[in-house]
Amino acid sequence: MSTNDRRRFMTKVGALTGALLAVSMVSGMGSAFAEDFPTAKVNTTKLAVTDKTVKVGILHSATGTMAISETGSIQAEKLAIAQINEMGGVLGRKIEIIQEDGASDWPTFAEKSKKLLENDKVAAVFGCWTSASRKAALPVFEKDNGLLFYPTFYEGLEQSKNVFYTGQEATQQILAGLDWIAKEKKAKTFYLIGSDYIWPRTSMKIARKHIEQHLGGKVVGEEYIALGDTQFGSVINKIKLKKPDVIYAAVVGGSNVAWFKQLNAAGLNSSKQTMLTISVTEDEVLGIGGENLAGFYSAMKYFQSLKNPNNEKFVADFKKMWGPKAVIGDVTQAAYLGPWLWKAAVERAGSFDVDKAVVALPGYELKTAPEGYVKVDPNHHLWSKLRIGKWRADGQADVVYESELIKPDPFPKGYQ
Amino acid sequence: MFGYSMAEIGNIMVMQGFAGLSMFSVLLLMALGLAIIFGQMGVINMAHGEFMTIGAYTTVMLSKLAVAYGFVNYYFIFAIIVAFVLAFAIGYLVEFTLIRHLYKRPLDTLLATWGLSLVMQQIFRSSFGAKEVSAELPEWLLGSFQPTPDIDIPINGVFVMGLAAVVTFGVFLFMFRSQWGLRVRATVQNRVMAGAVGINTKKVDRVTFALGCGIAGVAGAAFTTIASTGPTTGTLYIVDSFMVVVFGGAASLFGTIASAFGIAQAQSILQFFMTSSMGKVATLLTIVGILMMRPEGLFASKVRK
Repeated sequence: MSTNDRRRFMTKVGALTGALLAVSMVSGMGSAFAEDFPTAKVNTTKLAVTDKTVKVGILHSATGTMAISETGSIQAEKLAIAQINEMGGVLGRKIEIIQEDGASDWPTFAEKSKKLLENDKVAAVFGCWTSASRKAALPVFEKDNGLLFYPTFYEGLEQSKNVFYTGQEATQQILAGLDWIAKEKKAKTFYLIGSDYIWPRTSMKIARKHIEQHLGGKVVGEEYIALGDTQFGSVINKIKLKKPDVIYAAVVGGSNVAWFKQLNAAGLNSSKQTMLTISVTEDEVLGIGGENLAGFYSAMKYFQSLKNPNNEKFVADFKKMWGPKAVIGDVTQAAYLGPWLWKAAVERAGSFDVDKAVVALPGYELKTAPEGYVKVDPNHHLWSKLRIGKWRADGQADVVYESELIKPDPFPKGYQ
Repeated sequence: MFGYSMAEIGNIMVMQGFAGLSMFSVLLLMALGLAIIFGQMGVINMAHGEFMTIGAYTTVMLSKLAVAYGFVNYYFIFAIIVAFVLAFAIGYLVEFTLIRHLYKRPLDTLLATWGLSLVMQQIFRSSFGAKEVSAELPEWLLGSFQPTPDIDIPINGVFVMGLAAVVTFGVFLFMFRSQWGLRVRATVQNRVMAGAVGINTKKVDRVTFALGCGIAGVAGAAFTTIASTGPTTGTLYIVDSFMVVVFGGAASLFGTIASAFGIAQAQSILQFFMTSSMGKVATLLTIVGILMMRPEGLFASKVRK
């Protein structure tokens, strides 16, 4: 080991000890700790880092159609950041939030990303929700070498140096769920229905391959509904004619509510029809109404009702900050992981520099995650479990199945 | 036939026929208010969807009250009336403060009402939250009616259908059997002449606009039985509303009904035989084709311009 190497090694050890210390430290002592990490050293790329603070961005839609879904993510990220600050911040620096509104408009996401990265020089951004908004912002992050933590479960087929994906990619959400329903419900025939855009279409493609090639089942119908469409009469009649064992659904937004309401009104409730959906979380239940969902299944990695100490604390903290009526869905939990993972990355690297933080994160295990345990894979996605929840009329789900930890596989062979 | 028994096919045809009628009544309810505002007055009201949202939120709020005070079974009829009154009142106000200054500038009306719709959406978001909410529905509106064990007729669909019939009948009485209707039609046909024979055309405008908004409010209340309510719910309906009115021939109320019926049946049948999105595409293409041949819509009015 040359002197140079040793020095680098010692810095790393220092960083790690520092990180451990930071965890045990209370606020107020943070500034003393920051002196161990002189700004000139932890920030060689002119990010907005001072001796006392570090700026990060939150970029979600607070207005427009997507505000319904993205509000939960904003709340979770703010909660995580508040908690990190209470513990003394990151490398002794308090996190300051610059929040921008993507306004449910994809070009706006790109513009605001540019503003956050080039004008505000934020060290990391927690944001984007729909794939369209991420695809719009991605080139900006790659050009300006920013760091994005993206919370939503999505279709996969993407991997970027500048992005960490804290939600599930498609195979993590689909395969284990289909295996379960095929085994548990002896399902042979499936009816696939989704909204008409990239995520449901990619997901259904994977689902169809899995059903036909691995489960020996049959897809008796595949259907896509225009976004925002609220008339399901004809589709429901087709389903009645085909009588599938399972409806596999990925309908989103306003259509989702109409879909469940009309399904029930047409007599297809859970006593007559099995349905597994990959697009209903606690957030959606608010709009759909628990009574329309009771008995149907969702495949997610997180449910608010999960019983483990991490989650009980998380739910309590979330309600304390955002009110007792707040509900927490799958993506909200994934968004909560973002700031914690970023903190871990920076502390493992001993630096806010994106290049250093990015290589430091893979392999990291977050044991305090509300979903239980996650591990960062070298492909920038998380190892996570899949859970099947059975909805109750009160809008919460009973977890009826939990898989092993599943390795993320954003480019699944044989499924494309 | 195709591996299904005749009984099965018969059942599906009954339910499919009902699905088409149900879609017809939804489209009709959406479009009636706009047919009055756009068709009769020529005002392009981009905020029409937001007046539906007013009706929907009224219902949701009243349902909360109803749950708290235990009159869930009766509130819905009441909610429809309140939705109408509220949307009517706000429409009246909007006409007075905004629309009446823009009658001679139709394109500016488009911009102004679009701005208004954005403002209203943000007001909804700030006051009711960004998340979608649902009204607590009375028992008698839930579930399905089963004439035979294999046929399910959704009760909310029957309800919307009945409401559409009542509202349409009401609009016809108002437009063609009342003094007010006479004045409205006179103003539409020849504003100057109507003024000359002593009709207060400004007042007629205001009431007509408010009436259109009120009907939108009723539609919004009815749609809480089918879908949820959020700040941007109105944007889901506005395109379909305009499509029905334009396709029917802007100035003709009968055209609006015929067009709603045609579009609904075409869409529901095509969606049964094709996939849902392809069915919609085919319907839209047909409409575009017909409009190219008949730019005035199905029922062109013979108004002297």
